Amino acid sequence: MNVTTNAAAAAVSRRRLLPGFGITMGFSVLYLSLVVLLPLSALLFNSTGLSWAKFWDVATDARVLASYRVSLSTAAAAALIDAVLGLLLAWVLVRYEFPGKRLFDALIDLPFALPTAVAGVSLTALYSQNGWIGSLLEPLGLRVAFTPLGITLALMFIGIPFVVRTVQPVLEDLDRDMEEASATLGAGRWRTFVRIVMPELFPPLLTGFALAFARGIGEYGSVVFISGNMPMRTEIAPLLIMSKLEQFDYAGATAVALLLLLISFLMLLVINSLQHWARKSSR
Amino acid sequence: MKKGIKKGLIAGFTLLLTAGLTACGNNNAGNSAGAATEAPAATEAAANTAATPEATKAPAKDPVELLNVSYDPTRELYENYNKAFAAYWEQETGQKVTIKQSHGGSGKQSRAVLDGLEADVVTLALGYDIDALQETGLIGADWQSKYEHNSSPYTSTIVFLVRKGNPKGIKDWPDLLKDDVEVITPNPKTSGGARWNYLAAWGYALDQNNNDEAKAQEFVQKLFKNVPVLDTGARGSTTTFVERGIGDVLIAWENEAYLSIKELGPDKFEIVNPSESILAEPPVAVVDKIVDKRGTREVADAYLKYLYTEEGQKIAAENYYRPTLESVKEQFKDQFPEIKLFTLADKFGTWKETQEKHFNDGGIFDKIYVPGS
Repeated sequence: MNVTTNAAAAAVSRRRLLPGFGITMGFSVLYLSLVVLLPLSALLFNSTGLSWAKFWDVATDARVLASYRVSLSTAAAAALIDAVLGLLLAWVLVRYEFPGKRLFDALIDLPFALPTAVAGVSLTALYSQNGWIGSLLEPLGLRVAFTPLGITLALMFIGIPFVVRTVQPVLEDLDRDMEEASATLGAGRWRTFVRIVMPELFPPLLTGFALAFARGIGEYGSVVFISGNMPMRTEIAPLLIMSKLEQFDYAGATAVALLLLLISFLMLLVINSLQHWARKSSR
Repeated sequence: MKKGIKKGLIAGFTLLLTAGLTACGNNNAGNSAGAATEAPAATEAAANTAATPEATKAPAKDPVELLNVSYDPTRELYENYNKAFAAYWEQETGQKVTIKQSHGGSGKQSRAVLDGLEADVVTLALGYDIDALQETGLIGADWQSKYEHNSSPYTSTIVFLVRKGNPKGIKDWPDLLKDDVEVITPNPKTSGGARWNYLAAWGYALDQNNNDEAKAQEFVQKLFKNVPVLDTGARGSTTTFVERGIGDVLIAWENEAYLSIKELGPDKFEIVNPSESILAEPPVAVVDKIVDKRGTREVADAYLKYLYTEEGQKIAAENYYRPTLESVKEQFKDQFPEIKLFTLADKFGTWKETQEKHFNDGGIFDKIYVPGS
């Protein structure tokens, strides 16, 4: 290990201007191990008490499957909505000047900073049948709190900064000359948007979507309050982990967690390669 | 030269970070019960009595510290009780004792002890959570017979909290099955308290139907059809009912119901006692392995025994738990009306059997929610 990194460092430093690859790489690996790899392998290790049959039983239990359905569909819906709204927000923030813009800008990051439980409690208070907004929607036959719609709403709140903050810098760097050139060459607004702007924005938009989606799958704090936790209908997968732990079923909890990990990882992998492909084809 | 400085800086900074991270890690491991661990006012009480000549007269024993890992609604109870016990213990033995409390969901607290939180005593919501500790050998097999009344110094029962004036006219369990009644109760899969709620309804239905299990299941299933929200814990359900104003009736522990009324004023809610309910027995136990390791067995045992004395019972009753000592029962008989009560053992057997049959995966509670049922 040491020898190979040294050799790699030597090979790299011949070409690099700044030194320190060996040491920084070493620490990067150390950190990644301490913070990500070790906990994940501990998860795997915990599941070794689990036979394949038991794992399969847990993973294909009707309630578990229903919870994955709820978690995945609401996270996907929320991430999709966030992708559209986030693009709009980023656009407004980058292209226009208006009073209170800085405040507006800071507001976007709030879901990052706020404890998710606070978000959950306040959203529930607002959108439950007798909350400020919920009581207005109730006569229209629209129930938000304690339905999948409520979960989606909570996940939209949690996910929006991911989209805005990945699209914003790319939009800022976007060469406006290109748009002007496109316009002077006779392209209409729509054509300019589709052919010039969109190819640049698509990769960051995809990243934002992926981040919001991945976060939504694992989100617990903000959702348990607003979802109502009804089995088969609004029960999310992370809640089932808690529910299994409450039965002292560590192995079962690990099984659900492991599957969740696998799904998230596959999703990120797929979206990463999509993004790679999009970046390549836009060049 | 510059390179060296830079390298040194990076290395130093990273080491610092690593040290910080590991320190955080250790800290977390020690406090895995969550943020709830706290030293109550008992410390002050102990400090105050230290100056009295009585304390200096007795053979000086080293001060001792106990950790009582308990569940959510006992916070106020043990704050008061710890003060009383510390004073009593110092008077008896001259030894100063500080008791730390930790509160949270009963199952979560039990897991924290299982995972290494060094609790001298556990005072939890149901025997099942202590059984889990016994299975790993932390607690001896006979824990439930160590103290009187199945090691439950105080008890409670399950009652209904309704809005003032009882607009839906709820009087007994069958009223909860009516179509226009919304019932609030937490999820028995994630909440220990909710298991008592569920079993109370089940036991009532058994009695009404000559112990016909199928009828009882139908009864409970119909009840849960009227539940619009299943919170993860009892306090969550109380919030849903009280703050959000959702639902017509909250199924709750008697002490929680009293506490809600005390906090929010009797002008908003009232308690309805069903004709029959379950005797909820929150048990206590000394964690054998840990007291032997820490040398605190004597004081931990005394701590739990003192719960059965007149003073301990009074503190429990003042915090709306039903006392088990006859003399204190008599004093508080207006506060705790007679309800026909059955115990877990009467109707269900042991916690282990009950848990497996009703609440574990594939159990009856899961079947209630299978589509088409």
